[in-house]
Amino acid sequence: MSDPALQVDHLEVDFQTKEGVVHAVRGVDLTLKPGEVLGIVGESGSGKSVTALACMGLLPKSARVSGSIRFKGDELLGQKEKQLTTVRGTGIAMIFQDPMTSLNPVYTIGWQITEAILAHQDMTKEEARQRAIDLLAKVGIPNPAERVDNFPHEFSGGMRQRAVIAIAMANDPDVILADEPTTALDVTVQAQVLDSLRTALSETGASLLLITHDLGVIAGLSDRVMVMYAGRPVEIGTAEDVFYHPSMPYTLGLLGSLPRLDSAGKERLRQIPGAPPSMLGDRVGCPFAPRCPLAQEVCTTTEPELTVVESVTSEAGEHKAACHFAVEVGRGDHGKVFSDGVTDNVIA
Amino acid sequence: MPDRTDKENFVLQTPEHVATVEAGTHTLQSVGAGVELSASDSYGLTGEARSQFRLVLGRFLQQRLAIIGLCTFVGLGLASVLVGHFWQYSYTDITNDLNFSPSWSHPFGTNSIGGDMFAQVMAGVQKDIEIALTVAAMATLIGVTIGAIAGFYRGFVDSLLMRFVDLVLVLPVLAVLILLSSKLAKQSNNWLGLAAIIGLLSWTYVARLVRADFLSLRERDFVEASRALGATNRRIIVKHMLPNAIGPITVNATLTVALSIIFESTLSFLGLGVQPPQVSLGLLVNQGQDSATTEWWLFVFPVAFLIILILSIFLIGDGLRESFDPKKSRVRA
Repeated sequence: MSDPALQVDHLEVDFQTKEGVVHAVRGVDLTLKPGEVLGIVGESGSGKSVTALACMGLLPKSARVSGSIRFKGDELLGQKEKQLTTVRGTGIAMIFQDPMTSLNPVYTIGWQITEAILAHQDMTKEEARQRAIDLLAKVGIPNPAERVDNFPHEFSGGMRQRAVIAIAMANDPDVILADEPTTALDVTVQAQVLDSLRTALSETGASLLLITHDLGVIAGLSDRVMVMYAGRPVEIGTAEDVFYHPSMPYTLGLLGSLPRLDSAGKERLRQIPGAPPSMLGDRVGCPFAPRCPLAQEVCTTTEPELTVVESVTSEAGEHKAACHFAVEVGRGDHGKVFSDGVTDNVIA
Repeated sequence: MPDRTDKENFVLQTPEHVATVEAGTHTLQSVGAGVELSASDSYGLTGEARSQFRLVLGRFLQQRLAIIGLCTFVGLGLASVLVGHFWQYSYTDITNDLNFSPSWSHPFGTNSIGGDMFAQVMAGVQKDIEIALTVAAMATLIGVTIGAIAGFYRGFVDSLLMRFVDLVLVLPVLAVLILLSSKLAKQSNNWLGLAAIIGLLSWTYVARLVRADFLSLRERDFVEASRALGATNRRIIVKHMLPNAIGPITVNATLTVALSIIFESTLSFLGLGVQPPQVSLGLLVNQGQDSATTEWWLFVFPVAFLIILILSIFLIGDGLRESFDPKKSRVRA
């Protein structure tokens, strides 16, 4: 097998704050194979975005990063800014959350795509402009030859995000990091943007690291799923494994909090009680223990490691979960782990 | 799919959008024609940035007062140059007509030694504009550079530069000029020295303004996005952030022009500014003040031109502010 497009080992990110050290990411290992789509889910503050920014070397200077991030075998951590700028855009491209602000308001869409192209490729202005128009067409902007001269404020939110995707595609990157690409958009537009994202992947053959808290988006697009909680991956596996055989109570909670079309009758949505833990300072035990209905004595003293659990898909050893009772959880009826009497959130 | 396309096109049909689309198209045509857009000017405000310029210009031209201001300012500037070249008297000429009141041969009268006031006032206008533009260019260049660096890099660099700004701010300008004026007076081209001093003392406000703008701009997503595309700091500052701050910078540069005219006049009035035989409006006001009640023309004309000049610049500045404000789509006349 060839080198993974992106390999992250033991990534830890700390932020020094006035209140103390915040452990934003506490040991992330992930492998992104060429052409693969890896989804990362988790609630706000679980370290998803910080992981992505670390891969781009875009974390603020106050962040302390340790571990290893290798892009096609080359270590990125500790690289000089100059070397990183050559990887950025051509090797790894990033799509940001809010298309309203991630485009420069004073330049036309075409200018911004052209800039991205000319920064890394030897082309004339006319060729770059033609390529910009092609890219816009590929991501589904109607009338690209005219729209290329529009300013961002003349685009709708969905079109802007598609333009951002076009910029990300511009230099044929090997890895695209998408940090909640659909969060700022309404649901109908989300589908269009995901279509564009699929086009981008098939055009460039890039792998995608898709960060979102929308399980539906993950399910639709990703080959593998990583669930993060409190700065660590708590479950990782193929989409089938994670969605149909979740082996970590937190994953169960996430799945249980989604309305299902195939559920019979009026079922209450289950919520996970409590709030995510503060990332400040050190802690012992499983970070999810205080919210976990299955928590036992051992959960409050020892933090579980990611261990291999049963996988429904062919490749054994690909499905891992960090729970002392992963095997039991994996077998159980996930719907009943979180009681449904505690919430007022009724979907009628 | 066809439905969606129709909708998007439909949305575009509002008049405002059509206008901006046109503006954009024009610019890109001009880019296509201008083959000079190569590596040499990759850091300047090239073609595409001009499209923003076009939008602003369009809004500016809708404001009557601003146009009046612009016409007055340009007219005064042109007139002063033309008068300097073609008027029958030079501002250094001394005629035999002493203390003449305004007449056809001396529209603004003459002073006690026979100097033609029309030539002198116009020369003063020209000198004032020269000084003011020099000052504004200097102050903007220094202020933008320092403010941009401070705002972009923050931290130690920011503290250092901003303390330097504070230092310059507390310099007592008058005292500095009194100290330097004896040296300045000896030079033949002392207005340049004067402009340099005013310029070196008046960039601080621009620096603070640009720093504040950059502090906010650097947190915007598009800055991070362009970094994610591999842009260098220099490129981000010059190409991505400066064009976003161009509004306040331009408005402030205009105001600096006006303020430096006021400042120069004050200094000249106190005898610390432009030295005879060169003239400036402030100097003329100073010379004319004693005879304001008797030979009124010696006082009234310089003062009137000073006021008109400054007022026209303020009108331009006001118009620019309105034009750059994206929230003001509907401009009142």
